Amino acid sequence: MEKLNVLVVDDEPGIRSGVSRILNNFSVSYPFMDSDYGFNVVETSTGEDAIEIIKKQKIDIVLLDNKLPGIQGTDVLEHINKNQPEILVMMITSYASLELAVKATNQGAYDFIPKPFTPQELKSALENVSKHIFLRGMTKKLNKEGKEIRYQFLSVLSHELKAPLNAIEGYLKIMQEKQAGEKIEDYEQMIDRSLHRINGMRNLIMDLLDLTKIKLEKKTDKFQQIKVSEIAQNAIESINPYAIQKDVQIFLHDNQDVQINIDPGDLEIIFNNLISNAVKYNKQNGRVDVFIDKKDNLLIIKVKDTGIGLSQNEIKNLFEEFFRVKNEQTKHITGSGLGLPIVRKILDIYNGDIQVESEVEVGSTFTVTLPV
Amino acid sequence: MGQGKKVILIVDDDMDYLFQMRMHIESFGFEVITAESQREAEKIIENTKPDLAIFDLMMESDDSGFILSYKMKRKYPDVPIILATAVSSETGMSFGVNTQNDKQWIKADLYLEKGIRKDQLHKEINKLLKI
Repeated sequence: MEKLNVLVVDDEPGIRSGVSRILNNFSVSYPFMDSDYGFNVVETSTGEDAIEIIKKQKIDIVLLDNKLPGIQGTDVLEHINKNQPEILVMMITSYASLELAVKATNQGAYDFIPKPFTPQELKSALENVSKHIFLRGMTKKLNKEGKEIRYQFLSVLSHELKAPLNAIEGYLKIMQEKQAGEKIEDYEQMIDRSLHRINGMRNLIMDLLDLTKIKLEKKTDKFQQIKVSEIAQNAIESINPYAIQKDVQIFLHDNQDVQINIDPGDLEIIFNNLISNAVKYNKQNGRVDVFIDKKDNLLIIKVKDTGIGLSQNEIKNLFEEFFRVKNEQTKHITGSGLGLPIVRKILDIYNGDIQVESEVEVGSTFTVTLPV
Repeated sequence: MGQGKKVILIVDDDMDYLFQMRMHIESFGFEVITAESQREAEKIIENTKPDLAIFDLMMESDDSGFILSYKMKRKYPDVPIILATAVSSETGMSFGVNTQNDKQWIKADLYLEKGIRKDQLHKEINKLLKI
């Protein structure tokens, strides 16, 4: 287990020993982290000492009270920002000084914990920081390997992952405190919504996995000569239950038995995304037509729907990560906002292309071309 | 007071968050109006003056909350505004007011991280409403 060094700076011995006690038996693990993080706690009661300790030993996180006997917490914060900005500072503040906490955050504190805090609150705050440290390390590593992870991507991703967590957590707290009644039936709708949000999050994670699976270079060892319609048929079958629910029919048209040399998994992702979008954003009694064709040395896949359509502006942003069309009609449709960016990434690898034609309220046609 | 319940406008495009906020804030004894988008909120503001407003930051655009705050303060300078967001420092999109330049146009009275405890939320609202 990797250990993070936490320095607690507080003149109240009770707070220091409390933090030590809680963190010594606590570790953070995430499915996407290689190993768990544990914590080593170092304590001190003054800002002057804190600065000395930071100079001498490696500290990852500082829990910093503002009201200290000598120099103040914000002075320590300033020192850290100037000299060791890689250290993450969490301000410990009483709620009366929330304003100060916000100010400290603006001055470079990573976050703040209101005092008095429960063990759980301390733990979740530390969980957050550890995740941040992990992601930071990850990003550095990836950059070193020549793979750029865009900062913007991570930040939006974190927002997209946190929103459902907040929603589910909120419902659970309401249930825990029995705020809506004594019977389980009183919470039926909240349970439904929580499950719905979990499902959305699962889809997002699946899409993320797809996205990370896509390598930047061709993985020729996985290439196979395959019949395109077979992959399309598989995709249609997996989407059909959903299409039936939505009262949408899917038709496959292939006159030429087109074959292509490709990683079948990639082609499947393309079909899955385009067809499921065509169903998702369709109207009742709508239809989806999938055309497979070959012209010159190009495979042409068209997915045509009779759905709500897209405006020019929406088309422009369609392939951006996490972009989602937001309007009255799409309000209750969930999606990760990653489907089309994934398709675009795959097509880039194969020197393929994708075009969109659309008319609002009439429908959209996505045309994919791939060199055979 | 005795002039009836104070009205709080909550704007957020996450229907679950909106539902939960409504539930909490109604339990504090306030009247709640909600909107699910910046656009919808702008319409409400045209002819309704709430006693306090809580805006999500990222809705139709990344800065919907800022825009709403700006428009709200122009129309009703005395109505306190809370900007609530799930975006925190870890995301790199700092939600604070960093520069003098920002301060001139970001008009919220308070920034709150989503997921704040119910009792803290109540305290912050009361403080802004001077109750």
